[in-house]
Amino acid sequence: MAFYAPTDADQGIIQKIFYVHVPMAIVALCGFIAGGIFAVMHLRTRDRRWDMRSYVTIHLSIVLAVGVLLTGSIWARASWGQWFVWDEPMLVVFLIVFLLYATYQPLRFSIEDPEKQSRYASVFAITAGAFVPLCFGAVRMAENLTHPQAGTMTTSGPSSVTITFLVSLVGMSLLFVTLCRYEMASKNATSKLRSLRRRLAGDDDFPLPAGRSAAPQL
Amino acid sequence: MRRTVAALLAKDLALELRTRESVPAMVLFTVTTYVIFHFGLDRNSVDGDLAAGVLCVTLLFAAILGINRLFVAEHEQGGFDGFLLAPVDRTALFVAKAIGLFAFLCVVELVAVPAFAILLLGPSLTQALPGLVAVLLAANAGIAVVGTLVAALAIQTRARDLMVPLLALPLLVPVVLGASRATAPLFAAGGAGALAGNWMAMLALYDLLFALIAYAVFDFLLED
Repeated sequence: MAFYAPTDADQGIIQKIFYVHVPMAIVALCGFIAGGIFAVMHLRTRDRRWDMRSYVTIHLSIVLAVGVLLTGSIWARASWGQWFVWDEPMLVVFLIVFLLYATYQPLRFSIEDPEKQSRYASVFAITAGAFVPLCFGAVRMAENLTHPQAGTMTTSGPSSVTITFLVSLVGMSLLFVTLCRYEMASKNATSKLRSLRRRLAGDDDFPLPAGRSAAPQL
Repeated sequence: MRRTVAALLAKDLALELRTRESVPAMVLFTVTTYVIFHFGLDRNSVDGDLAAGVLCVTLLFAAILGINRLFVAEHEQGGFDGFLLAPVDRTALFVAKAIGLFAFLCVVELVAVPAFAILLLGPSLTQALPGLVAVLLAANAGIAVVGTLVAALAIQTRARDLMVPLLALPLLVPVVLGASRATAPLFAAGGAGALAGNWMAMLALYDLLFALIAYAVFDFLLED
């Protein structure tokens, strides 16, 4: 799909990574914010399913964020000549947000009580979810125009660039939603299987499965 | 609410005055860090954005020490249970702790800033002082709000001392950014420049936003 758009006159074939990198970044950030919104719902309703949704979206957004940092540094190396550019606010903010969310899993792991774990994880998700837009706003103040803004790049170019970009954005969002549904289905199946086994074994203190997971238990 | 906050605050201040646990350690830490910076940077005096960075980073790391200790007494001595049994608004604990941390940071800075001027700062402090006080007050408010929230989050985890810096440092990056950019012109080598107003506005916005968020979510950290 990315080959439908004309090759960039200035950067050549490497510019095609734009159609992966930017949608991935947008979807990851939206995923972080969505995780925060689900966490609000969890604290309001006390329904464990909201905590599960929050956990799954944040988990997958972290995976996407790793992809964003990797593709971004490949692109930066090719077009600016350096793997990481410190005077570029977008990169730095994305790194900070990634470092913040990297503590989400350790936080969950280090609280034993499942009820407390989900409550604390939700508080973290809300705080961090509000931090994302604030941090991008703060960094916009120190505006530096090395980083191509998604807006300028798609509106100033030919319309095929816009179409390609939009299609990749929709594709990435659908991929994200699909992965979320898969992970959610897998978590549900695991917990159902466990409760069935517990009923079969007939005792209440059935041992938890080996292997640690910080995922919420339904 | 106001009486509860006053009671909790008086308790914290009395505890700190008697045990002298957090503030002396934080002060000692800042002075030691200046010495470390002297050798690490191999400079006898610093000015401009380097001076602003050294001061802000030192104060931030000193604040992390205070944040680590913030709820330890409550956690170990059963203060949380006692507070939850009392028929008072839970947010009072947040307000009291945040004001307490703010006061601790101010006391630390009363020593840390003159020490910085004597040990490392090249240009004179007197010209920069009014602007510096404003920046530090705004930065302290941000650190106090975020620090209290993080301390309450981390106190229940197994690896508390590890979680506090991991959670607090990324959240406090905007404070360091705003404070160091706002103070950099004050420490300029050729005499103090004007305070950077837009960075002050950013700091104030950050303080306000996080105060609101922390106020909204703090209740959920306290139920058992």
